[in-house]
Amino acid sequence: MSNLLLFPIIIPLFFATILMIFPKRLKFQRIIAAIAAGTTLIAALFLLAKVNADGVQAVTLGSWPAPFGISMVSDPLSALLVVTTSIITLFVVFYSFPTIGVKREQSYYYPAVIFLMVGVNGAFTTGDIFNLFVFVEVLLMASYTLIVHGGEKPQLRESIKYLLVNIISSALFVAAVAFLYSVTGTLNMADLAVKIPQIEETGILTVIAVMFLMVFGFKAAIFPLYFWLPGSYYSPPIPILALFGALLTKVGVYAIMRTYTLFFTMDIAFTHELLGIIAILTILAGCVGALAYFDVKKIIIYNIIIAVGVILFGIAQLNQPGVDGSIFYLLHDMLIKASLFFLVGIVAVLFGTSDLRKMGGLIKTYPFLGWTYLVAAFGLAGIPPLSGFPGKLLIVQGGFEGPQFWGSIVILATSLIVLLSAVRIFIYAFWGEPVETVPLKKSVFNQMFIPTVILVAITVVFGVGAELFMPFISGAGEVLLNPSIYIDAVLKE
Amino acid sequence: MEIIMSVAIGFLFMAAVYLMLSKSLIRIIIGTGLLSHGAHLLLLTMGGLGGNSPPVVAEGVSVSDYADPLPQALILTAIVISFAVTSFFLVLAYRSYQELGTDNMDLLRGTEDYE
Repeated sequence: MSNLLLFPIIIPLFFATILMIFPKRLKFQRIIAAIAAGTTLIAALFLLAKVNADGVQAVTLGSWPAPFGISMVSDPLSALLVVTTSIITLFVVFYSFPTIGVKREQSYYYPAVIFLMVGVNGAFTTGDIFNLFVFVEVLLMASYTLIVHGGEKPQLRESIKYLLVNIISSALFVAAVAFLYSVTGTLNMADLAVKIPQIEETGILTVIAVMFLMVFGFKAAIFPLYFWLPGSYYSPPIPILALFGALLTKVGVYAIMRTYTLFFTMDIAFTHELLGIIAILTILAGCVGALAYFDVKKIIIYNIIIAVGVILFGIAQLNQPGVDGSIFYLLHDMLIKASLFFLVGIVAVLFGTSDLRKMGGLIKTYPFLGWTYLVAAFGLAGIPPLSGFPGKLLIVQGGFEGPQFWGSIVILATSLIVLLSAVRIFIYAFWGEPVETVPLKKSVFNQMFIPTVILVAITVVFGVGAELFMPFISGAGEVLLNPSIYIDAVLKE
Repeated sequence: MEIIMSVAIGFLFMAAVYLMLSKSLIRIIIGTGLLSHGAHLLLLTMGGLGGNSPPVVAEGVSVSDYADPLPQALILTAIVISFAVTSFFLVLAYRSYQELGTDNMDLLRGTEDYE
């Protein structure tokens, strides 16, 4: 028993509370926000090392015995996700300095970002399904603040819809938890994994599993529940968009991953096949959107939906390459989406618009930006040796080994569409006749560009050095495929 | 008793869906309130209604003769959260009405800003 796994939740909570006391001091806000994200990252790295060395870590709060208290569990998957979340929050904080504007910075922008990190890290770490609901509400509350932050007209209009969709999904979450509790009599995930196989009537459990798929599907933006995402994500400024695109949908994906490997495994032929079909439909729906728009933000937003489909398809196969691939692709996608949003943010600032048809010729004035974008775009599409490749390779392999080989063919084919949609931005914005750009001070440009380049470099390292990271990934996959490791860690304290 | 509760929950969900499908923003907010009430009652009912029995195991109370306290703890948490979200939603609606000058969802589609 180690309290280390609580630090990535408590540290940002502490700093966010301090930040709320002095909203007007700009320098203080920036420094403390960076320190909060940095120390959380250090704690998360320690946690990852500890989990890697000693196996799954579990704490049950208040010294209650395991199924009765609220368990917090850190297995390799959640430790990896907490590390990635902390990295992304740190870079978003740095990227916010020049882009978000002083007025926003002085009205509780950084506390909301750090509170969002509290919720996301908590949701990744918790081992209790009702506690998952609470942490999801924490991060949603922070995201409500961020999506409407600044109070521009489109933001107000879109945040109403975002709020309504999430309230409905939260009510469904409570209802699904109620059904699950009445059938099993427990809400501890490890205990659920013990109790559910003992229940003979699997029909009702399948219904509950599909209800949870709907609840998490709202958050993860799967087909056909993704309708709210393109509009809502379009309205806030770029740093907030990067934070949302990288983290929020991934919480839903993680929750599906966890529940569908740990305890909703009583009727795999139905639930996992359904998940696989929905995943493929999600990819196709995302592809249509990614090709349909001439707006850089919209194109990358639809790429979020495609990636969600790819990750869930790997999980639906429930075999070793599929699950390993999903975990790798999930981490890759969080990093690459944040860096792509940073890059299109810089492009949009330079042209003063996000419409591709009003752009052109940027490669002449900002060549390094162009090549960085191209590397990130190739990483997104999964061109070897960049980071999209190993994950997609394993997911496709998992599909061919599983029953849904046709899904692998769709993923391979849609990779080309992803490449086309990302390269289209390159062709329109960087090639062609130079269009007049907004004059930008060199120092401001560097402040935006340096965090972006470092983040892209991290994704390159993640792809080229995939062999280095594979032990962590396959360790995480092993826990997902053998729930007994997870159960033993929680219940045998 | 469970049957009556189930009917009440069903009615709340029905009323919530009806209100949320209307165009006026304030009706939608009332709808979300009813929806969360329905979900909370469902949580309470699904844990099994205890009747008169106390939710604590004290001296002289057998384990089979006490009400499950967990749904009550859960419902309390859920109520606090939905209270916070509803108040945020009301403030948001007021502010949007000031800025956008309408509470009609038909006029809030935002198509003019999109291509």
